[in-house]
Amino acid sequence: MSKPLGLVNRILPFSAVDGPGNRFVIFLQGCNFNCISCHNPQTIGICDACGVCVAECPGEALQFAESGTAINWDQSRCLRCDTCIKVCPADSNPHSQWLELELLLEKIRRSAAFLSGVTVSGGEATQQPEFVFELFNSIKNDSSLKHLSTMLDTNGSAESSTWNKILPVTDGVMVDLKAFDDKVHQKLTGTSNVQVLQSIQYLHEVDKLFEVRLLIIPGWNDQESMLQKTAEWLSQQSTNISIKILGFRQHGVRSEYSHLQQATPEVLEKVSRTFHDFGFKRIQLV
Amino acid sequence: MSLKETQQQTRQIINNPHLNYRQRMYYLAAQAESLLEPPPVSESVKQAMEQQVICDMREGAAPYRPRYLLPDYPKAIQQGSKYLELEAPQNLAEALNFLMILYTHTPSITGYPVYLGDLDKLLEPFADNVSDEDLSRQLRLFWQMIDRVLPDAFVHTNLGPEESRIGRIIFQLERQLNQAVPNITLKVDPDITPDSFLEEAVKTVFAVAKPHFVNHPMMYADLGENYGVVSCYNSLKAGGGSHTLVRLNLKEAVNQHQGDTSSFLNETLEKYVRLTLELMEARIRYLVEESRFFEHNFLAQEGLVSLDRFSAMFGIYGLAEAVKLLMEAQGSSAKYGHDAEANQLSYQITDRIAALLKEIPLPYCEGNGGFAFLHSQSGIDLDLDVTAGTRIPIGEEPELYEHIFAVAPHHHKFSSGVSDIFHFDDTVKRNPQAVVDVIKGGLAQGMRDFTFNLSSNDFIRITGYLVRKSDIAQLEKESSRYNSTVLGAGSEKNQGMTKRNLKRVMSHEQTPRLS
Repeated sequence: MSKPLGLVNRILPFSAVDGPGNRFVIFLQGCNFNCISCHNPQTIGICDACGVCVAECPGEALQFAESGTAINWDQSRCLRCDTCIKVCPADSNPHSQWLELELLLEKIRRSAAFLSGVTVSGGEATQQPEFVFELFNSIKNDSSLKHLSTMLDTNGSAESSTWNKILPVTDGVMVDLKAFDDKVHQKLTGTSNVQVLQSIQYLHEVDKLFEVRLLIIPGWNDQESMLQKTAEWLSQQSTNISIKILGFRQHGVRSEYSHLQQATPEVLEKVSRTFHDFGFKRIQLV
Repeated sequence: MSLKETQQQTRQIINNPHLNYRQRMYYLAAQAESLLEPPPVSESVKQAMEQQVICDMREGAAPYRPRYLLPDYPKAIQQGSKYLELEAPQNLAEALNFLMILYTHTPSITGYPVYLGDLDKLLEPFADNVSDEDLSRQLRLFWQMIDRVLPDAFVHTNLGPEESRIGRIIFQLERQLNQAVPNITLKVDPDITPDSFLEEAVKTVFAVAKPHFVNHPMMYADLGENYGVVSCYNSLKAGGGSHTLVRLNLKEAVNQHQGDTSSFLNETLEKYVRLTLELMEARIRYLVEESRFFEHNFLAQEGLVSLDRFSAMFGIYGLAEAVKLLMEAQGSSAKYGHDAEANQLSYQITDRIAALLKEIPLPYCEGNGGFAFLHSQSGIDLDLDVTAGTRIPIGEEPELYEHIFAVAPHHHKFSSGVSDIFHFDDTVKRNPQAVVDVIKGGLAQGMRDFTFNLSSNDFIRITGYLVRKSDIAQLEKESSRYNSTVLGAGSEKNQGMTKRNLKRVMSHEQTPRLS
């Protein structure tokens, strides 16, 4: 059986912010949410080779592939000006590439001596479950890589069939909870949070929930009443759950959402206190 | 130099408002020494020095103490000292008192001791019945005393590889006290040093840019169990040391070379290695045979150092530029740190030097089997447009792992030390384990020394020693105020660093002479 390819937006061989220790991070292209707060909106869409960027590229680094259904990116000509990202009508980019598993494994092997593990992020990692499974499974069965922990950074939207596929080769999952109130969640992401809450519950039950991440956007999801409910519900799972509170920042966000306010340290402190009062012990402010 | 010029220079030292009393004394001593003829060397050596291919680090014309001296502190603590009229210490207070007194009597090129011993191992036997609180209080005073009595950024202590109560308290104190002195090296053995202790060390780097991390198994194999890392990045035998450090500027060696790469490796390089060794020999002989340090000094008389544990350090620097020039001569733009071909050439150069050092004996170097130690020299403030040691030029460093892959193959050859500095951004602050991972990975790749900085840290390393950014900012302010009076015409900006204002902590190794 041929191994699936992964549509990869970016690789970071060194990261201190994507799980425990030093991690090799693979950002997959494509997300099923459309968050107004997204810092990497160019990772949301899948390129449909419309060609707008080909015409706009000042370095002539972009060409239609012969098939006409893809765009080739000549890295040596690329000016890194990000014009293609700015003009893309599909919140995508022509830099993401379909990569073979073996090529990624080769890169990970080269970095392995320096790593605690590998994290797949996105985009939305669980949108390419076959690829994630094959990648993690290969890591677990490779004598030079099996010491590495495998982690996922996810929006939590995957269904149980997907989790059942991936979890046997996944050591931990970091889940974003954009809002506990479903209406707010739909406004923020365009999608309901029912599945997200189910995922958090399930991941906790099977002891794979590494942390829950709360991105705080002032005026949207920092109301005390909702935070109380969030903390209450999570505490019913367990107060041992690790909570990471992140403040929203404007960096990278699409221009139509430039009115969103950045979170101040005071706001984050307040959120932290709420969780502290519900008995959570592992709270991190970022 | 005419008598008048000498008088003028001497007066400049005495009347210099930017030097405190001790600093004036230090430079006056150097001034007196500079009036003597240096140990005789051949015309070829003199010429190579004039051409700046060989540099004597301005150690002085008449060596009267070894450059780096590492007393055998465990022995001293066991036997006491006749010369110092001190019995062997029996408790913690006596041990701290004993060590402090011994430090002030331990010479080096800087006038201050470059090695304070492995303080965890030295003090642990005295700490058994002392509470954490009491231990912390006594060590705090000791730490303040070290910084105020020995105000030189090259004063250095070692910890590890075992985790210890003393080690943990020292890291805590370091984070609280924010002192430049002492500099610290943590000996790391992945089989012995627990990650939790490494994390403590990494958090300490976040606060005060120390300790350095060294590959203990590699050091042990090269130097034996009793070694110390002193000054900055200099690893030597304890109970011994290094008579001198002379360095070869590989960039200038290539500039003097006519011919291709292979004739550089086979002829020009050998010529300059031999000339460097000749200068080293002259200096060693003066120290041992003329000023006769090992006959007169109490440390030698009481067996706290012994000549047979000494050798001398052969430093190299400017490897990056040497490779660049040689590649350019072949019509290639390949660069060290980025291209396999250039990296290979860099390894050939250090291989060749290492092999030559093992062929050409030096007197009084039994500490290394009768040969010089190879050292990757991390620079002094006279250096311009030349990269320290075997480093990749600042600003040209490749991505982290590629950086490590490029430099690591050099490290095993430099038993007396090599330095590469890595920079991390602030995100690692919340995840010290990430840095532990990289350090362990680096050591597993064959790195001997590992040093990192945080980009946001108040402390920065100039070459290996520490200064506070806030001090530099202060100094820049001061220097502009004193510009017209202090800065003589032609005085190099990068050389003036320590002489422009009154600083309590000096870096004497960096600025060996005022002129």
